[in-house]
Amino acid sequence: MEEKQEVTLMKGNEALARAAIRCGADGFFGYPITPQSEIIETLALLKPWETTGMVVLQAESEVAAINMVYGGAGSGKRVMTTSSSPGIALMQEGIAYMAGAEIPGVFVNVQRGGPGLGTIQPSQSDYFQATRGGGNGDYNTIVLAPASVQEMADFIDLAFTLAFRYRNPAMILSDGVIGQMMEKVVLPPLKPRRTEEQIRKECPWATIGRTPDRKPNILTSLELKPEIMEQRNLSMQRKYQTIKDCEVRYDTQQMDGAEYIIVAFGSAARITEKAIELAKEQGIKVGLFRPITLWPFPEKQLRKAAVGKKGILVAEINAGQMVQDVRLAINGALPVEHFGRLGGIVPEPEEIVKALKTQLIQKEK
Amino acid sequence: MDTSIISPENLVYSKPKLMNDTTMHYCPGCSHGVVHKLVAEVIADMGMEEKTVGICPVGCAVFAYRYLDIDWQEAAHGRAPALATAVKRLWPDRLVFTYQGDGDLACIGTAETLHALNRGENITIIFINNAIYGMTGGQMAPTTLIGQKTSTCPYGRDPVLHGYPLKITELAAQLQGTCYVTRQSVETAGAIIKAKKAIRKAFDASMNKKGSSLVEIVSTCSSGWKLKPAEANKWMEEHMFPFYPKGDLKDTINK
Amino acid sequence: MVDTARCKGCALCVQACPNGVLALVKKKVNAHGYPYVEPQLDKDCIGCSSCAIVCPDACITVYRKKVEI
Repeated sequence: MEEKQEVTLMKGNEALARAAIRCGADGFFGYPITPQSEIIETLALLKPWETTGMVVLQAESEVAAINMVYGGAGSGKRVMTTSSSPGIALMQEGIAYMAGAEIPGVFVNVQRGGPGLGTIQPSQSDYFQATRGGGNGDYNTIVLAPASVQEMADFIDLAFTLAFRYRNPAMILSDGVIGQMMEKVVLPPLKPRRTEEQIRKECPWATIGRTPDRKPNILTSLELKPEIMEQRNLSMQRKYQTIKDCEVRYDTQQMDGAEYIIVAFGSAARITEKAIELAKEQGIKVGLFRPITLWPFPEKQLRKAAVGKKGILVAEINAGQMVQDVRLAINGALPVEHFGRLGGIVPEPEEIVKALKTQLIQKEK
Repeated sequence: MDTSIISPENLVYSKPKLMNDTTMHYCPGCSHGVVHKLVAEVIADMGMEEKTVGICPVGCAVFAYRYLDIDWQEAAHGRAPALATAVKRLWPDRLVFTYQGDGDLACIGTAETLHALNRGENITIIFINNAIYGMTGGQMAPTTLIGQKTSTCPYGRDPVLHGYPLKITELAAQLQGTCYVTRQSVETAGAIIKAKKAIRKAFDASMNKKGSSLVEIVSTCSSGWKLKPAEANKWMEEHMFPFYPKGDLKDTINK
Repeated sequence: MVDTARCKGCALCVQACPNGVLALVKKKVNAHGYPYVEPQLDKDCIGCSSCAIVCPDACITVYRKKVEI
């Protein structure tokens, strides 16, 4: 296994798998589904249980996989699972349970078209599922949206760090484009897995065997007394507010002198980068605002960036999901329009430019 | 009363030390209490108090974590074997077991149960089978007997409407990954002593990396069956034992 | 010895005792509203612990003294 920091060329899925081993992940529990089966295949091929001791197990279903993540993360270990849209739908129970028991599980959705079994082609139609929570109750999952193979490699360590910092499930919302495309990437350096002493220190709440110096650790999302349950929920809401205050991440391009903004995440952001260049050639001054954390959504930062602009186009490969968060953030100050393709069709940059012209620029004349 | 007999050297039996003073919420006469005692005793006998992680179910035993002073994780309904799989693989020197009812293990959790057992995970699954859904008020379970009346089969279980009772322990005994599959009960002192031995055997096997074990405890549910505890024991002996016969169904620990 | 506050009156110990030492009290209940169990005649208790073993709530503690004959 390469230890030097060299530039290599690989698929997003493969980069994620290799980076997971290097960031000291303790376990992976997954199930095959297109377009992300390369992740578990890469792990099976690399045999990290022989090198770092990382456990890799193909579970019998996504339901089992997410519950293995619950058990493993509950014992203080850095464990993760990956799947695609219909599999993530199956995992919602486990995610809600992890949120309720405050367990730092990490999972990855390499999105495909839906709803239901859908298509194996890419889409971004799980934004609601990711940010509004598909499970039950008042909870939020930290959501990171990579837009490159490099970010697929970098975000796995970040997801673990954030999950453990806040004792909350964290998700990487990728898609079939980012997962399957090949790009240059510098994989992170190898970090050793934590020892038992380190885990006991970092995770005093973990269930690893009760030593005489403490009470038993019990991880549960159940609380039948409403007064206590309300306090638990309020404390979680305070946690979410802290995450909102401290963990927003986003990126911008070509915002200097821009009259319009295109808001896009993930692969749609990559297509938008090209769209902006094409628009520039046609004399249109437009910039890209790319949320990296979809939850917490960069609402304050977007509001600030929108000042003095003429309009916003939200380019996302779905029927209109992130556009709702953009509209909430902008609160009527500017026109906000949506452009998207459905059913697994990935739009061309020219389509985004056309949408910008027909839905925003021409309408204001 | 002559109290001179009360002294530590004369002590023959008392509440197990891993069991705390919290009054258990189970109905009077419920088998859960007895099995909880046995689990507490076995863990202490093995000296594994500091290295045990229990996974509790959704069912009457959802609060098992209140009564035994070890680390516990509460699993979603039926998912306990998946949690236990991860914990044991990540912490191989810990004693990891699940404690589940028949609805949890043999209905919604069938896949997780069979796959964890078949993978030969070094865990023990303790299966409390009382042929009914106790916690939610006495509905039919996959293990409910033909003719048995519950709130969702008030005229008695009818194979045409409801299918046949599921003998999941027999299925488990056929899986290559299992090393010890047994069926016990806890209605008499003699049966309890045998059940304790079975639990100890299973726990030892998991620590010696022999594979997975399933210990079924055929149990009563006074509330669900609407019988007094002593009558429930009798009903169990007359109706449950013939269909769910006791004994070791598989023992390949020393192969 | 019976922890009568913990006892739920299930009477499984009464069923298990070979010598009929235990019985449910009549017309009395503990703080939880359960009739509880009391030993009737200590002298007949042989210390077999069957009662304690079957008790689902671990209410019974058994002492047995060896008597030199």
